[in-house]
Amino acid sequence: MRVAVITFPGSNSDHDSYSAVKYCLQEEVEYVWHQETDLSGFDCVVLPGGFSYGDYLRGGAIARFSPIMTTVTKFVADGGFVLGICNGFQVLTESGLLPGALIRNRSLRFLGQWTYLRVENNKTPFTTHYTHHQVIKVPIAHGEGNFYVADDQLDEIESANRVVFRYCDREGVVSEATNPNGSRNSIAGIVNVGQNVLGMMPHPERVADSILGSGDGLILFESLREAISKRGSKTSGSNVTAA
Amino acid sequence: MTKTTSTTETAAKQAVKATTKATTKAIVHVRFKDGVLDPEGVAIQKSLAVMGFDRALSVRAGKFYEIEFADNSAESEKQLQELSEKALANPVIEKFEIQWPDKK
Repeated sequence: MRVAVITFPGSNSDHDSYSAVKYCLQEEVEYVWHQETDLSGFDCVVLPGGFSYGDYLRGGAIARFSPIMTTVTKFVADGGFVLGICNGFQVLTESGLLPGALIRNRSLRFLGQWTYLRVENNKTPFTTHYTHHQVIKVPIAHGEGNFYVADDQLDEIESANRVVFRYCDREGVVSEATNPNGSRNSIAGIVNVGQNVLGMMPHPERVADSILGSGDGLILFESLREAISKRGSKTSGSNVTAA
Repeated sequence: MTKTTSTTETAAKQAVKATTKATTKAIVHVRFKDGVLDPEGVAIQKSLAVMGFDRALSVRAGKFYEIEFADNSAESEKQLQELSEKALANPVIEKFEIQWPDKK
């Protein structure tokens, strides 16, 4: 398994993502600068958290025009796995790879806190190692994480079971009281139709080791590793079609 | 000494201005579409109410961009339309309005 962590000017969770893969998951990982255009040999791309380009215009709005994003779009079309965390989720919605938009938190405050998430769909390549409705503890750190989509698209996402994580309380109960930022239907993370792109506001890479207060994020990366190995990693050569 | 420098700078700027072709400004207003909750507008309205401005019933906040163009030709207009759609506004949540104040 070989992972590319895209670094934009202003990314600040790229090192967390790198460390989670390298030291916690113990897999290959490389930084890829946003001006690059080559992603060959990678099984997965992480669009990390941060404030790409100072979040001018809107979060992720300028990053989506980086040269690497054209390659990422093609990577997605070819079935590659993409994980967008926080600012990375914003980049994915801005570039149209995921629906909706992330607007200012309802409170207008930047929120850096623990949240509980309920795993809504454990059948995606990112979540198979979780149990259905498992409650996990993952931190958020954002000012613009309020997920918005119009009604018709919300229905579409919900009915296709594309909501992967929802904010909840410790017991897994979802309510407006446990919705930190005002996201529609308490949505914390969604996948695309092909289920190879996951965008989420909480930071699984920051909880990839129990020494950090929770190891729940590592499970996401372990799920991804299994999905990649089942499909055949581009680095092991096992993806070469057998005769 | 500082004064001398600034006078020279001003003179230099004026000289440049005189030789440069006149430019024109375009204005783009970007705001949330109707129906999209605007948390900032809501917060502003609440503060206004607290301040006693009880006739200000609701507030929608937005952004304002002033962009300098070489001219307001059809080509410039086309570019402005495109850059507004692609960059300044996110069509999922926002709408925009374009103005060319110098254009009669």
